[in-house]
Amino acid sequence: MRQVLLAAPILIPLAASAVTALLWRRPMAQRRIGLAAAVLLLAATLALLAEVVSGGMLVGRMGNWPPPFGIALVVDHLSAAMLVITGLMGLAVAVYAMGPGAQERDRAGFQPLFHALLMGVTGSFSTGDLFNLYVWFEVMLIASFGLLVLDRTKEQLDGGVRYVMLNLVGTTFFLIAVGLLYGLTGTLNLADLARVAPDVGNQGALAAAAALLLISFGAKAAVFPLFNWLPASYHTASMPVAAIFAALLTKVGVYAIIRVFTLVFAHDHALFGPIVGVIAMATMVVGVLGAAAHYDVRRILSFHIISQIGYMLVGVALMTPLAIAGSVLYVIHHIVVKANLFLVAGAMRQVGGSFALARLGGLWASRPLLGLMFLVPALSLAGIPPLSGFWGKLVVIRSGLEAEAYLLAFVALAVGLLTLYSMIKIWNEAFWKAAPEPAPQPAAWSRAQRIATFAPILLLCGVTLTIGLWTEPFAAFSIAAAESLLDRDGYITAVLGAPMPRFAEAVP
Amino acid sequence: MEIALSAAIGVLVAAAAYLLLARDLPRGLIGFVLLGTAANLVIFAAGRIGTMTPPLVEPGATALAAGAANPLPQALVLTAIVIGFGLTAFALVLVMRAHAAFGSARSEDMDAAEPPACTEAAPAPPETGFVRQPARAPARPLREVV
Repeated sequence: MRQVLLAAPILIPLAASAVTALLWRRPMAQRRIGLAAAVLLLAATLALLAEVVSGGMLVGRMGNWPPPFGIALVVDHLSAAMLVITGLMGLAVAVYAMGPGAQERDRAGFQPLFHALLMGVTGSFSTGDLFNLYVWFEVMLIASFGLLVLDRTKEQLDGGVRYVMLNLVGTTFFLIAVGLLYGLTGTLNLADLARVAPDVGNQGALAAAAALLLISFGAKAAVFPLFNWLPASYHTASMPVAAIFAALLTKVGVYAIIRVFTLVFAHDHALFGPIVGVIAMATMVVGVLGAAAHYDVRRILSFHIISQIGYMLVGVALMTPLAIAGSVLYVIHHIVVKANLFLVAGAMRQVGGSFALARLGGLWASRPLLGLMFLVPALSLAGIPPLSGFWGKLVVIRSGLEAEAYLLAFVALAVGLLTLYSMIKIWNEAFWKAAPEPAPQPAAWSRAQRIATFAPILLLCGVTLTIGLWTEPFAAFSIAAAESLLDRDGYITAVLGAPMPRFAEAVP
Repeated sequence: MEIALSAAIGVLVAAAAYLLLARDLPRGLIGFVLLGTAANLVIFAAGRIGTMTPPLVEPGATALAAGAANPLPQALVLTAIVIGFGLTAFALVLVMRAHAAFGSARSEDMDAAEPPACTEAAPAPPETGFVRQPARAPARPLREVV
C-alpha cells in the first residue's frame, strides 16, 4: 500500500495526461477529468505527507529491483512537502484555467500538457536516482515548451525560442555531469553516490561534475548569471501557464540543488558553500533591481521570482540546520505567494484591461476585494509581518547572523525592502491612482468564470494567512525536514539497507 | 582509444560551443545536437571502453562473465538519444514557426517578447500616485465588486 501511495503522485497525472490526450476533441470532458485528477493528486500527496510525518522516510523499489541497481523512489520530509505544494498548485491552476480563455487553451491542448508537466515535477521530487531525475527534468521541459507557446503568438514564439535553447543546453550539461559521476563512482543512485563520494580518489574531477550540476540546476532555477531566459519568456505565456511555471519550475531546480548538495557533495561544502553564497546574494540583488526597472505587472513579478530564488539558496550556502529549515520554509511560502500574485495579475488584466501599469488604475475604487487579494500575497512577498514571508525571511536572516554571514543577512534584508518598493509601485499605479482616461472596458465574463478565477486566489490567500498566523507547525516541519536532510547516514541506510561493502570498486 | 575518444568529445564540444553562439537559430540547433552527442559519448566512455565481449549472461550463470562490456551506459545513452531526438524535433518545429512568423531565423530579428528601447508602456507621472485621488465610487453590491 505504501508503495502504491509512493507512486501515486506520478501515476495520477500520467493517467490524466493520457486520458485527456485521447479525448482531444472533447474539451468539456477533458476539463472535468483534469479537475478530478488535480483533486486526486492533492489528496494522494496529503496522504503521503501524513505517512512520512508519522512513519518517516518512504522508499520504494520500482520493479522490485534492489537499490542501487533499480530506480528507487524516495520521499522524505522535503519531498513530501514539495509534493503537497505541487498538488495544491495543480488544483489551484486547474480551477483558474477554467476562467476566461479556457476554450482556446483546451483546444490547443492545455490539459494533456498541464498534467504531463505536473508528472515531471512530481517525478523530480520523488526520485532517488540521478539519471531518473534527468528523465523527469526532460518530461517537465517538453511539457513546458508546449505550454509556453500554446497560443502561438509572435511574442510567445520569440520567448519560446529563448526558453527552449537555454534549457536544452542546461539539461545537456546535466547529462554530461551524470556521465562523469558514473565514471567516477560506478553508481547513479543518490544514496549510493552519497556513500561513495567522500572516498573517491579523484576529488577534483568530482568537484568538476558537481560544478556542472550546479550550472545545470542553476540554469533551471534561474540564478545569477543564468537567469536571462526567465524574464524573456514567462510574461508571454497565458496566465494559468505563467502561474504554474512561476510556482513550480524554478523550484524544481532549487530542490535539485538542495538535494544533491546536502546529500552527495556535503563533504565538499567548504568549496561550494561560499560559491553558492555569492550566487545567492547576486541573484537576490539582480532580480530585485530588474523588477524595479519594469512597468509591466508580469515582468515585475518575473524578476521577483529570480530575486526570491536567492533566499532559498541560503540554506545550501550555510548548511546549518536553521539555514536549511529557513530554505524549506521559504520555498513552501514562496510557491504559494508567487503563484497567487500571477493569478491576481491575470484577474487585474481581466478587470483593468491591461498588464501595463500606465494603462491600469483606479482598481481600489472599483474592485476593493481584488485589492485585498493583491495585498495579501504582495505584502507577504515583501516580508511584512504577520504574513508567511515574514517568517521565511526571519529564519533565513537569523540563520545568516548566527553563522556570522553578516553580508548575506544584510543583503537579504535590503532586498526585502526593495521588494516592498516594487509591490508598492504596482499598488500605487494599478490600484491607487485615478483610472486612466478613457476608462478601460472590463472584458465581459460569466459568473462561472469569475468563480473559477477568484476561488483559487482566495484559497491561496487563505494558505498564506494560515502559514503566517499559525506558523508553529510549518516551522516545526521545516526543522524536521532540515534535520532529515542533514542526516545523510539515515538517508543512505533507509535506501540501501544496513551498511554494506561496496559492490565493485570504481576504477580510479 | 581513450585519448581518441576524449579528443573526439573535445572537438564536438568546441564545435557545439561555436555553433551555439551563432545568431542563426538553425546553427544553434545543430550545436545542441553536437553537444548532446558529446554528452552521450561521455556517458559511454564512463562505462570503460576496451572490451568487445557482449554483455550477455551465459546459460546457467547468474551474473555477467568477467570482462564483459558494461551494459548500463549503453542503456543510459539509448534513453538520452531518444529524449534528445524528441527535444530536437520540437525545437526544429519551433524555429520553423518562428521563422514563418518573423521572416527570419536570426535571433536579433526576434524582438517581440522583449521589445527594444522602452516601447513597453512608460509609467504614468508620479504625482497621480498619491495626490489626485479618484472620486469615491458609490457603494455597490458585493456581487459586482468581485
